[in-house]
Amino acid sequence: MADQLIIGGHRFTSRFILGSGKFSLEIVEAVVENGGAEMVTLALRRANLGGEENILDYIPKQITLLPNTSGARTAEEAVKIARLAREINCGNFIKVEVIRDSKYLFPDNYETIKATEILAGEGFIVMPYMYPDLNVARDLVSAGAAAVMPLASPIGSNKGLSTRDFIEILVNEITVPIIVDAGIGRPSQACEAMEMGVDAIMCNTAVATAKNVPLMARAFGQAIESGRNAYLAGLGRVLTEAGEASSPLTGFLED
Amino acid sequence: MRVNGKEVSLDNNQSLMQFLVANQFDVATLAVARNGEIVPKANYDTVILCEADSLEVVRFVGGG
Repeated sequence: MADQLIIGGHRFTSRFILGSGKFSLEIVEAVVENGGAEMVTLALRRANLGGEENILDYIPKQITLLPNTSGARTAEEAVKIARLAREINCGNFIKVEVIRDSKYLFPDNYETIKATEILAGEGFIVMPYMYPDLNVARDLVSAGAAAVMPLASPIGSNKGLSTRDFIEILVNEITVPIIVDAGIGRPSQACEAMEMGVDAIMCNTAVATAKNVPLMARAFGQAIESGRNAYLAGLGRVLTEAGEASSPLTGFLED
Repeated sequence: MRVNGKEVSLDNNQSLMQFLVANQFDVATLAVARNGEIVPKANYDTVILCEADSLEVVRFVGGG
C-alpha cells in the first residue's frame, strides 16, 4: 500500500500542506498544482459589502480545506471562529491557532489545549499549531487532536528549523501525525524535517516570498517527497572518528 | 443595523437572505453571526433583521 498521511481518518498522498496567504488569487491554483498539495489552509475574515472575488474559486475542487483560527487570542475566540468556518460547509478540519504575542507570533499552548478539547468534542478534526513542548503535545493528544503542528521558527520568518531538537523529541514520543508548521524557509529545511521522521510540512511564506512562486512550490513538493523517501529508506550511519573507503584499498595498478 | 462594524441601511422586514442577496454577498461562501450567535444557513430565509441587530459576515481568505 502506498505510503499515505492519515489525519482524522482522511488519507493524503501529499505531505505538503500549503498556506494560501500572501498570494494573489490568480496564482493560487498554479501554486497548489505545482506543489502537489492536497490540503490548503485558509483564514476567516470579514466579507466586504458588494461582490468581491472569493479564494474558493481559485482552489481546485478536490483539495481539502483547512480553515485556521487566526485572529483568535483566546480559546473562546478560536472556538467561535472554528464554528463560523464550519458553517461555510467546507468540511470538519480546523487548524487551531491562538496567538496573543504580536511580535513573535508564538502560539499560546494552554489556550490551544482548551480550544482543542472543545472543538474535538464537537466533531472537528483538530490540528493545533503549537510551540514544541512535549507535555503540551501529550495534553493536545489527550484533548483529541488529530495531529500536532509544532513551529520551526516564527511565522513568516523563513528562519528554518530553530526548534529542530524539540521537534525530534516529539517525533520520538508522540503517536499522532507531526506536521512542522511556521518558519520553514527553504526546501532543504523541509527535506531535513521529513528525514527526521516528521509526517508533513506546512509552508506559506517561503513559497509566497520566492522570486518564482510556482517553481518554489514545486521545489518544496519535491523536497518533502525526497525527505520522506530518505526517512523510509533509512539514513546510513555516520562515522565521527574516521572515514571509510568506498572501494578496497588494495589491487592498485602499480605496487 | 451594523454589519461588520459599520452602519448600513435596512429595509423593513428584510430577511437575512434578502439582505445578503441585495448587497451582492455570495451566500454559499460565507457565514453569519447575528448578535454573537451563528445563524445556520437553513435559517437565512426565516431570520428577519431589525435595526438593533449587529451582524458579522465572514468568508475565507488566504492564510497560513
